[in-house]
Amino acid sequence: MEKSLVINPDKCTGCLQCELACSYENEGVFNPSKSRIKVFTFHQEGRFVPYTCTQCSEAWCQQACPVDAISLNPVTGAKEVNESSCVGCKVCTISCPFGTINYNQSSGKVIKCDLCGGNPKCVEACPTQAITYVDADQTGLDKMRQWATETDNSSSTNTANA
Amino acid sequence: MHYIIVGAGPSGVTACETIRKLDQEAEITLITGQQEPPYSRMAIPYLLAEKIPESGTYLRHNNEHYTHLNINLVSEKVTEVNADDNSLSLSNGQSLSYDQLLIATGASAISPLIEGIDLASVHNCWTLEDARRIAEKAVAGSSVVLMGAGFIGCIILESLLKRGVHLTVVEMGDRMVPRMMDDTAGGLLKSWCESKGVQILTSCQVSSISETGDALEVAIKGSETLSADLVICATGVKSNMSFLENSSIELDQGIMVNKFLQTNIDNIYAAGDVAQGLDFSDQSWHIQAIQPTAVEHGRIAAINMVKSNSCEHHGSINMNILDTMGLISTSFGQWMGVAGGEEAVLLDKKNYRYLKLQFKDEYLVGVSSLGHTQNIGVVRGLIRGKAKLGVWKERLMKDPSRLMEAFLASSMSQA
Ligand SMILES: Cc1cc2nc3c(=O)[nH]c(=O)nc-3n(C[C@H](O)[C@H](O)[C@H](O)COP(=O)(O)OP(=O)(O)OC[C@H]3O[C@@H](n4cnc5c(N)ncnc54)[C@H](O)[C@@H]3O)c2cc1C
Ligand code: SF4
Ligand code: SF4
Repeated sequence: MEKSLVINPDKCTGCLQCELACSYENEGVFNPSKSRIKVFTFHQEGRFVPYTCTQCSEAWCQQACPVDAISLNPVTGAKEVNESSCVGCKVCTISCPFGTINYNQSSGKVIKCDLCGGNPKCVEACPTQAITYVDADQTGLDKMRQWATETDNSSSTNTANA
Repeated sequence: MHYIIVGAGPSGVTACETIRKLDQEAEITLITGQQEPPYSRMAIPYLLAEKIPESGTYLRHNNEHYTHLNINLVSEKVTEVNADDNSLSLSNGQSLSYDQLLIATGASAISPLIEGIDLASVHNCWTLEDARRIAEKAVAGSSVVLMGAGFIGCIILESLLKRGVHLTVVEMGDRMVPRMMDDTAGGLLKSWCESKGVQILTSCQVSSISETGDALEVAIKGSETLSADLVICATGVKSNMSFLENSSIELDQGIMVNKFLQTNIDNIYAAGDVAQGLDFSDQSWHIQAIQPTAVEHGRIAAINMVKSNSCEHHGSINMNILDTMGLISTSFGQWMGVAGGEEAVLLDKKNYRYLKLQFKDEYLVGVSSLGHTQNIGVVRGLIRGKAKLGVWKERLMKDPSRLMEAFLASSMSQA
């Protein structure tokens, strides 16, 4: 069974270990600004919410790409950016309704979570298990995913991009 | 069942693939109207900037893609559609019969009727063929005049500079990208360009072009005459539908369609730049001429062609993102605001950062930005998801940059 990242914001303490692990794995530097997972802080409520691509089934980013630079990894289910094809047009960044594919000025290409090929480093790094990598059934993330797709008008077209 | 798709841009190609997913048995013919494999116009700027070879513009990279899907490619043009007997004619004189027809012929660049517009060194920038001709002339040290500082003009501006040309931009309107930016953003973009050494002449118009030896003389109303090696015309486009004039298909600015992307004729659909589709924001029917809408149209039309009236289009959000020598701008939905709405603005002129949000009641309906790129996609999520902002409306009015938090808060409260 395919696995997915499950995020439980209630367990997050805002330590940013996930961001550091992600940027080190993908960019070779400990620099949270290069991380594909981001922890958002709600000061008023004193809450932290780690957030990244849900590998949604609509894959808006993939559909919008004009040069076929985003493809599905059949093993992990991740939508992966092929660096050599990406022209850096950024159309995917405005198409993803979750805001989880972003332009990286230094490479001139976009970056997004690719589940580290099936061994996500943020999960390893998280000391409180706020991020876990588990079988993809009705998870909290799934519910969030559902919310955003149901309110989007093309939800009835899932069959066409399975 | 024979499906014919006319036009091999993102819309037509997406439609073919969608039909194949839904119907393994169908016979699918894609009439491309071009010699090249299906390619993306959007990738042309990156070809000109020499970031990719010509093959990098292809919509699908696997050469066998269409063969694998058993899609039959025909490189002719369609010259006529005869809806009465479900047939169409091709430029080679052949005729083909269809059960279901999709017209996804996109648009073509048009040029103003001025003297000299037909000269050999005056080009549009719309097709691969145009790009090849531009590449020949736009070499390091040459002088180029770009007519039009709209979206397409601005998107090729950077590519031309990367080729090392001396560039002058002539725009009829009083600011850059008037259809995507207000005065403030357009003004900032102009001063950004000027700070990078590009001359931008707004409220000016090329009145005629003539040849003197190898060079062109470009006469400009509102400014002095320029000498140039190449003139690129990016002043407008029109739908490719002249071959339908004698058909019974209803035409306006583009092909008229309903919520199923169906024309007035039951088994004929239209999609992409040629279709006057539904706009999500104001529920009006017009041509958006953007890639994401072309793909969305192609997919929805295809689903309905396989099973009629099965997938309703609720409208596409008009949205753009533009990179002008490192200054990234975006616009979404009703970025210009709505009657009875409210707006929130964050402006940092010195650093070329600008963010303007438009609200109607408790909802976000439009955004325009300069220099804000992180998580920008949530704007689409918030607008299209019609997320009720609640307390976040006030928070965003105070600090527009908290878009991502507003998005997370509203998605979690509804999960
Ligand atoms: C330089 C440039 C940059 C752009 N940048 C962006 C961008 O950054 N973001 C964005 O969203 N959009 C951008 N666009 C717009 C985007 O490319 C179009 O919206 C998109 O290509 C529309 O897709 P389509 O499938 O409707 O039509 P097209 O891509 O125009 O394809 C039309 C197809 O129809 C064929 N055809 C035409 N007439 C006939 C006929 N009579 N018979 C048979 N075939 C025919 C053509 O050969 C072609 O294959 C850009 C366009 C250009 C030119
Ligand atoms: S980046 Fe966005 S559109 Fe793409 S798979 Fe992830 S959530 Fe979906
Ligand atoms: S930025 Fe890259 S991955 Fe995204 S749409 Fe453009 S080419 Fe595709």
